[in-house]
Amino acid sequence: MATVLEARNLIKQYPRVCAVGGVSFKVEEGSCFGLLGPNGAGKSTTIEMLEGLLSPSSGEVLFRGTALGTHYRERVGIQFQSTALQEHLTTRENLKFFSALYPRRRALPELIALCRLEEFLDRDASKLSGGQRQRLLLAIALVNDPEVLFLDEPTTGLDPQARRNFWELVQGAKSQGKTIVLTTHYMEEAHLLCDELMIMDHGKIIASGSPTALLAGHFDEAVLELPASEARKLGGTIAYKEKGDLAEMHTQDVNAAVARLLQAGASLAQLRIRQPTLEDLFLDLTGQELRA
Amino acid sequence: MSNPIGASWRRLRAATWARSLEFMRDRSAVSWNVIFPVFLVLGLGYVFSGPGQPLFKVAVLAPEGTVLSARLHPMLGTPQVQFYLEPEREAAIHKVQLQRTDMLIDLTSADGRYWINTQSPRGKVLEQLLRGAGGPPLTRQLTSGAETRYVDWVTPGVLGMNIMFACLFGIGYVIVRYRKSGYLKRLNATPLRAFEFLLAQLFSRLVLIVIINSAVFTACRLLLHLRMEGSYWNLLLLVVLAIFSMIAMGLVVSARISSEELAGGILNVIATPMMVLCGVFFSIDGAPRLLQFAAQLFPLTHLIEGARAIMLDGATLAQIAPHLLALAAMSVIYLVVGAMLFKWRQG
Repeated sequence: MATVLEARNLIKQYPRVCAVGGVSFKVEEGSCFGLLGPNGAGKSTTIEMLEGLLSPSSGEVLFRGTALGTHYRERVGIQFQSTALQEHLTTRENLKFFSALYPRRRALPELIALCRLEEFLDRDASKLSGGQRQRLLLAIALVNDPEVLFLDEPTTGLDPQARRNFWELVQGAKSQGKTIVLTTHYMEEAHLLCDELMIMDHGKIIASGSPTALLAGHFDEAVLELPASEARKLGGTIAYKEKGDLAEMHTQDVNAAVARLLQAGASLAQLRIRQPTLEDLFLDLTGQELRA
Repeated sequence: MSNPIGASWRRLRAATWARSLEFMRDRSAVSWNVIFPVFLVLGLGYVFSGPGQPLFKVAVLAPEGTVLSARLHPMLGTPQVQFYLEPEREAAIHKVQLQRTDMLIDLTSADGRYWINTQSPRGKVLEQLLRGAGGPPLTRQLTSGAETRYVDWVTPGVLGMNIMFACLFGIGYVIVRYRKSGYLKRLNATPLRAFEFLLAQLFSRLVLIVIINSAVFTACRLLLHLRMEGSYWNLLLLVVLAIFSMIAMGLVVSARISSEELAGGILNVIATPMMVLCGVFFSIDGAPRLLQFAAQLFPLTHLIEGARAIMLDGATLAQIAPHLLALAAMSVIYLVVGAMLFKWRQG
């Protein structure tokens, strides 16, 4: 697979803070590359340097092996976390306007169908629901039929249904061969959409790889969840962490752990056994909840 | 690869169209831009078109540095009369002809003279006052010309003021709002260039202000029977250049700011002295020279003076050329500075 984007030792230094402290990575053609990290980790700064909107203090970004040139913006599409549009313009007018800014344009009927905009084409964009608005913003990001699509926390604030609908649209774009760079706070989103992940904290890369490889590399255990009141009956014979009303214990031997719980007289009525998720990995690596 | 000039023109046209649509669909903004000046002119016309103002106004030609007092001539001690120094005889006589000044007294030579307008009753009253004041006799000079109604004189000022507000606040607030909401950041992610965006804002605003103010001018002309001695084309040229320069001035203010409150404050700091110094409601002929010089630095002064020259005196293109040149120079300076300072995003 060819490398579309390459970051070489990117550093972004502000007067009082180093937002990105030297990161290097590659984004392969046709893949979905996810950038994860808690707030302030440096992922937005990194993606803005990749988008060509922010100059690095040092290091460089290469697009198909060469420095980002004047025509780079014609070849990429960007959906920001929150974008205002011009007031009093309909969905169709917004699409036509952004379309006119690019030399290469995707046919609007095709784009309208891809992003499912038919039902609100002639509605004022300021009167769209959150999900409809994100679909319009995705269509605007795709208006120039970009080679790379940047999505910066595209589903933040959406309800679960709207989020799932949006994932389907992104998967549609991905199936058409688009290279996607995504930042997200949702582990489920990252797991579902991304082929490669890079987890950042304090401006540095702390882990990278495919979701499966990352989990396999960090965990060889299962997670048991049960009410904290039941876990306390173990009297400290097995280590566990309390998270609100729930207790969570990691173990390589599920059978032995269950036997110990029964021995201690704990009820297993609400016991849940699951594999570790990206959420667990993230917490393990950064010590923070991702949505914090 | 497409032709870069063609692509640039397409982007400029699209951005101009989008901004124009946005404005035209904002009914409250359009209504305000049309209704406010019409009501203001009608109100002023009603207030000032009745019986004449009680104050007589007398222009005085005197040697440089002279302080106007009764010691110079007893007439200058007459109460209820405003005396002020005029630098040029011809310009002062012209004001007597237009009845913008009721009398001109020339004290620059030993044999003093005075001018009154034969069609002005106030000039005749002042002549009686002059005869009764005593002092060295002054030679009578006559001139004539129809009175300029206050409403004829004030309308160019009011429309000019309306244009100034529409330019400064219309462009300044919009760009600051775009920046604050992140819309400029979104545009920056497209191939649209800063100068294309700025020109689009400028053209869209310019066309709309010209259309709206042409309608307002026509309404005022029909309702108030405004005087129009000169060419409509010359007036249009002057107005277009003035709008261009004042929008460019708004671009400078909004080039970097992300706070609407700060932008509003700065725009008011610019607009208020313009309203006071540029002769919107009252002539600044009697104002200190420093203020008169300062007024020349504002585009509104050139718009109002040029428009009054065309509408009241029938000034030709050559006669308003200094105003046109000043406005063109200001347009270029403000636009270049605005483009150099412009930032797409906050911080």
